[in-house]
Amino acid sequence: MIKSIKTWILVGFASLLLVACGQGGGGAGSKKSKTLENTKKAGFVKCGVSQGLPGFSNADASGNWSGIDVDVCRAVAAAVLGDADKVKYTPLSAKERFTALTSGEIDVLARNTTWTLSRDADIGLTFVGVNFYDGQGFMVRKNSGINSVNDFKNGISACTNTGTTTELNMRDFFNSKNISYEPIAFEKADEVVQAYDAGRCDTYTTDKSGLAAQRTKMSNPDEHKVLPETISKEPLGPVVRQGDAVWEDIVRWSLNTMIEAEEYGVNSSNASSLKDSENPAIKRLVGAEGELGAAFGLDNDWSLRIIEQVGNYGESYKKHIADTGILPNRGPNQLWTKGGILYVPPAR
Amino acid sequence: MDKRWNSLRTTSKIIADKIKKGWIYLALFFTLKIMILKKFNIENKKARDLIPQAITVLALLSVIIYFATNAQINMGNRGISFGFGFLNQEASFDITFSMIEYDGSHSYGRAFLVGLLNTILVSAIGIFFATIMGVVVGISRLSDNYLIAKVAEWYVEIFRNIPLILQIFFWYFAALRALPLPENGINFYDISFLTIKGWYVPKFIWTNFNIFLLSVIAAFIAIYFINSYATKQREQFGKQLPATTISLSTLILIPLIAFLFLGVSLTFEYPVLKQLSPTVFTYAGGVSIIPELIALALALSMYTATFIAENVRAGILGVGKGQKEAAASIGLNKNQILKLVVMPQALRIIIPPTTNQYLNLTKNSSLAAAIAYPDIVLVFAGTALMQTGRAIEIISITMLTYLTLSISISIFMNWYNKKMAIKEK
Repeated sequence: MIKSIKTWILVGFASLLLVACGQGGGGAGSKKSKTLENTKKAGFVKCGVSQGLPGFSNADASGNWSGIDVDVCRAVAAAVLGDADKVKYTPLSAKERFTALTSGEIDVLARNTTWTLSRDADIGLTFVGVNFYDGQGFMVRKNSGINSVNDFKNGISACTNTGTTTELNMRDFFNSKNISYEPIAFEKADEVVQAYDAGRCDTYTTDKSGLAAQRTKMSNPDEHKVLPETISKEPLGPVVRQGDAVWEDIVRWSLNTMIEAEEYGVNSSNASSLKDSENPAIKRLVGAEGELGAAFGLDNDWSLRIIEQVGNYGESYKKHIADTGILPNRGPNQLWTKGGILYVPPAR
Repeated sequence: MDKRWNSLRTTSKIIADKIKKGWIYLALFFTLKIMILKKFNIENKKARDLIPQAITVLALLSVIIYFATNAQINMGNRGISFGFGFLNQEASFDITFSMIEYDGSHSYGRAFLVGLLNTILVSAIGIFFATIMGVVVGISRLSDNYLIAKVAEWYVEIFRNIPLILQIFFWYFAALRALPLPENGINFYDISFLTIKGWYVPKFIWTNFNIFLLSVIAAFIAIYFINSYATKQREQFGKQLPATTISLSTLILIPLIAFLFLGVSLTFEYPVLKQLSPTVFTYAGGVSIIPELIALALALSMYTATFIAENVRAGILGVGKGQKEAAASIGLNKNQILKLVVMPQALRIIIPPTTNQYLNLTKNSSLAAAIAYPDIVLVFAGTALMQTGRAIEIISITMLTYLTLSISISIFMNWYNKKMAIKEK
């Protein structure tokens, strides 16, 4: 009796399993952009940003976000929804950011994220470009007598953030120099700053832009300096989920538009007056020629809106990075025509 | 043939859609239930009892399968693979503090072990001090001395009512701000230094450590026999042997023999101030107890001790007044009453809730990540998760680890509780 009940249960269970597996055949990728549809339906772009990094993504006292990463989100909102302010910002820790993106909690991650092979290939992400070329550096106290990374000696303690490429670069660097060191990794940047400021560690290492920004948070910024050496390449850029090619293109070309606009001298104040420019490249940028927006289901003024509402890359950099005193010198983040490495494919 | 396949595919698609809406499950269960009930026309009581349970288990299983399949499909769509192969890959990040040999060239699996051991270490230290402080404070609250009782009461009221994370930050950053830089470290007789970078203590350098360990074990075995002999003497002949004194001297004597005759020796490596640059100093040699560990252990034990103190107080108050009076009437003094009459009974009340506090302390140790103590959450569910991106695998492993830790503590405490329970004779 009992045995036959068991058989029944087994059969029932197996049939359920079969049906449940049959479901797997259903979902296959389609040509339409689900993310675009959902964004239009929701009326805002879901954007992941940092928990507060001046110049990149930082909220003021009244909760308004600004920074060059934030401008990427704003550009996408301007292109897709027609209003750069229609963005919902989600502050994320380094640890949470990729899970938030792959799980669909956010659709664009603009959070000073380094483009690496393993991130691009392995965990379901796609990097769409670079909006800031950075490199890892070290900050020390001015009175320490350390003037270059060659002055580091065995036993030095270094504070940094956990869950970032800096932890890995730091190890590579100290190993290559054959220096034993004490790594102290905190979850949040604010605690790193506090611990370093208190003297728990002798040096603070992260991306140089980050060092410059965090220095302003020290109790006495003038007591600290950033060493001249750069120990790694840190191309920072926006990221999207793998598997939605249209959405990926929208974010990529929103960023490219900002850079291309600077290259052709189109900015937020002159953009609309350039509709009858002589230069076809400029005319395409302001939507007076070609049908570029149609390629990803947008109208033709998408790029004009980005330039008008957000500005070109140069304006964004000047407002958030240069004028705030973080990195007045554009360095590699200058256009290729002016000695930098900013070079984007043509919008045509 | 083709047509048939097509229709089959449409049917399965429709079924799949219905599954999404959850209807098919309900329908299936009811059919199943009716089928089973009809088939056996339930007279058999055993079967009648079994069927609802079986159906519940089935329902639960299918819900789990539903979510697992969904997760699998979603991960597949986003190009994320599932697997534990990453545990053998090189971790390539370093950890501040490790009890086993570790550097970045070891695997993620090893990094997991480092984190786990650090979690166990801070939990063990926390439980040890929380218990001592809890017992002392709990007894103090019942003291006749007004000052002692009030101090204990204030301590309990303050520390159990402030969120633990704030206390951790307080101890960490307060300690960091209050402690001196290495060059002005607080000096304990030139052998130990307390500084902002940690508490540097001498390192023990053993020769023939195994023999020493064996001698300690031998001493404990000897003490066990001495005590059981003493108990026997007392119970059979009413003789009081000085068992404590004999035990203590055994514990000293046997290892001493190992030192004198068996080639065991111990030397110390003292920490020495080392200059790294004109104003940067550190200590070389010795062992550094990092401030993160000190702050975390302090915060955890101070916080948990308040709850244990209340358990102890409840336990002692829970022993009937008549017991104490009876003990006093046969001429036991105050200490004897506490030790021989009150505590054995109070322990039965104290142990179960204290087990909960031990579990809480262990789980609370996961707050370590906030102050950079490299526990399993910071190292494994933090850095390793970030580097590999394997959220589901790593979080499941971490959860399972905490579950195992908690269950181990529970099992031990339940065993201890049983041991302390009233033995009916």
